Amino acid sequence: MSVLTWTYIIVGLTFALYIGIAIWSRAGSTKEFYVAGGGVSPLANGMATAADWMSAASFISMAGLISFMGYDGGVYLMGWTGGYVLLALLLAPYLRKFGKFTVPDFIGDRYYSNVARSVAVVCAIIVSFTYVAGQMRGVGVVFSRFLEVDINTGVYIGMAIVLFYAVLGGMKGITYTQVAQYCVLIFAYMVPAFFISIAMTGNVIPQLGLLGTVTDGSEMALLDKLDQLHQELGFAAYTNGTKSMTDIFCITMALMAGTAGLPHVIVRFFTVPKVKDARISAGYALLFIAILYTTAPAIAAFARTNLIHTVSNQEYASMPEWFTKWETTKLISYDDKNGDGLIQYVANPQINELTIDQDIMVLANPEIAGLPNWVIALVAAGGLAAALSTAAGLLLVISTAVSRDLIKMQIKPNISEKNELLSARLGAAVAVVIAGYFGIHPPDFVAATVALAFGLAAASFFPAIVLGIFDKRMNREGAITGMVVGITLMLFYMLKFKLGKFGGGGPDDWWFGISPEGFGTIAMIVNLVISLTVSRFTAPPPAEVQAIVEDIRIPRGAGDAIAH
Amino acid sequence: MSDNQRKAYWKENLRYLYILLAIWFVVSYGFGILLVDQLNEIRIGGAKLGFWFAQQGSIYVFVVLIFVYVYLMNKLDKKYGLEE
Repeated sequence: MSVLTWTYIIVGLTFALYIGIAIWSRAGSTKEFYVAGGGVSPLANGMATAADWMSAASFISMAGLISFMGYDGGVYLMGWTGGYVLLALLLAPYLRKFGKFTVPDFIGDRYYSNVARSVAVVCAIIVSFTYVAGQMRGVGVVFSRFLEVDINTGVYIGMAIVLFYAVLGGMKGITYTQVAQYCVLIFAYMVPAFFISIAMTGNVIPQLGLLGTVTDGSEMALLDKLDQLHQELGFAAYTNGTKSMTDIFCITMALMAGTAGLPHVIVRFFTVPKVKDARISAGYALLFIAILYTTAPAIAAFARTNLIHTVSNQEYASMPEWFTKWETTKLISYDDKNGDGLIQYVANPQINELTIDQDIMVLANPEIAGLPNWVIALVAAGGLAAALSTAAGLLLVISTAVSRDLIKMQIKPNISEKNELLSARLGAAVAVVIAGYFGIHPPDFVAATVALAFGLAAASFFPAIVLGIFDKRMNREGAITGMVVGITLMLFYMLKFKLGKFGGGGPDDWWFGISPEGFGTIAMIVNLVISLTVSRFTAPPPAEVQAIVEDIRIPRGAGDAIAH
Repeated sequence: MSDNQRKAYWKENLRYLYILLAIWFVVSYGFGILLVDQLNEIRIGGAKLGFWFAQQGSIYVFVVLIFVYVYLMNKLDKKYGLEE
């Protein structure tokens, strides 16, 4: 059977599965819609969190990014996993004990202020929208490459599916769909990885293959071979990288704190029954994520070595079939500058004749390794599972922020349960349409704002929540000033150095040599210092709020998420 | 639960956090970033150790850290009669 037939079959089957789960698990109450009734098992929650967290970017782009960044790619690997340690130790158990539905809920109650709640709502919406636009685009891209439909048609199909199960099932539907999506995506990621690891190093486990030797008979370590190839072609050694140590440090920190502060991840820990379950499900989540994240650097190194071997100084005419196939999608392009018919792939842009898109490393891997057609189709289904699961989680945060944090808590407190549920569903539907619009008309800043989402979360939520739990003296004035200053500073830096506003500037103008991606760390520290200073010069929080803090520190009696 | 017990429970909890977060910091920011050049002199299999910590080692440690935390906290809850 052809790749296309296989893709239709496998993608069709997985979609039927997601829709079946959505119908089986539709939500009947606001509690089921917001937090899946609070009865999700820790293992299922771990899988759902992993799928929620791993987006199209993790699945499709990350290995390719690392492949081109070498050692520097470690910022993503450490940053996007280390955040779970912070989440598990500093946030998840306490927020579960607190027992409400959303992050703005916590901020609003802990800082006894609707201003704080509104600031949190705005942050949650900004963070989630910047993220979700990229996911819808990812769905469209996967569709267009594997199913040979128009990108926009792909976005429409994706919107329809997400709309169906997010609106119908709320958090409950999303949770169980994400469990299925995790299984699909991890299977799709690992199968090609096993095959390629055997081909390159003779070791079936990619994580060990990375430490192994190449199979070409030279007995040389794979990474040494790759360093050598890199240097021959004028690139920096693969295992050394090019970014400054300060920048690597700051980017890693910003991604970690941002991960721990992302509302769609935090809210997942409200869905388990007990504090104990919140702790262990963070462990399961990271374990499931780590399976993919420790495979990615191996795929990156294998693919890089393989690619250089296949193309460097070879005749263009003798390139394998996948090369020409991906050329038509513009992910690879070749320009024979010196007219010798050979491919010069080198660091010097004057002589270099080959441009390669990072996404090809995962998408074309099965073809490069000569795997059967059904594996190629599986990768398409995996990419879609990753994009859809993240999009659904984000849309839920947006709809909850509107129906609960704005309408129920602020505008119309006496709204009936039925109407609140209806407004949550409408909110989700509107959010899907807006996200779809951005997917079809991607603004130029989408790529730039994915990093912005982490920086914003690190500069706003993370300090406010951690201080809310660990510093009983932290008050309304301190937290609000800290969040506002932190987020404003971060926005200013990103607008200036990423989008050229306020006079713009290049890497030479960066403050302390820190890139916009890493600046979230500075903004976070500023937030912390300002919060602590302001809080010490203003009145302490009222006694009942201090009692809340005492209470969330003790795990017993988390009970159900308090409905109203 | 008395005030003293609450304080003692919280103090032990914080002590675990300091230790676990210190390890978290050392394996990622320490071994993977600040000391990467020194550790790269040592090898683990076919890889330089600093590079390995930045791309794989730290992630393994993160996973173990969370499960150790779960174990320690469950034990602590039991000690103070807070388990459910």
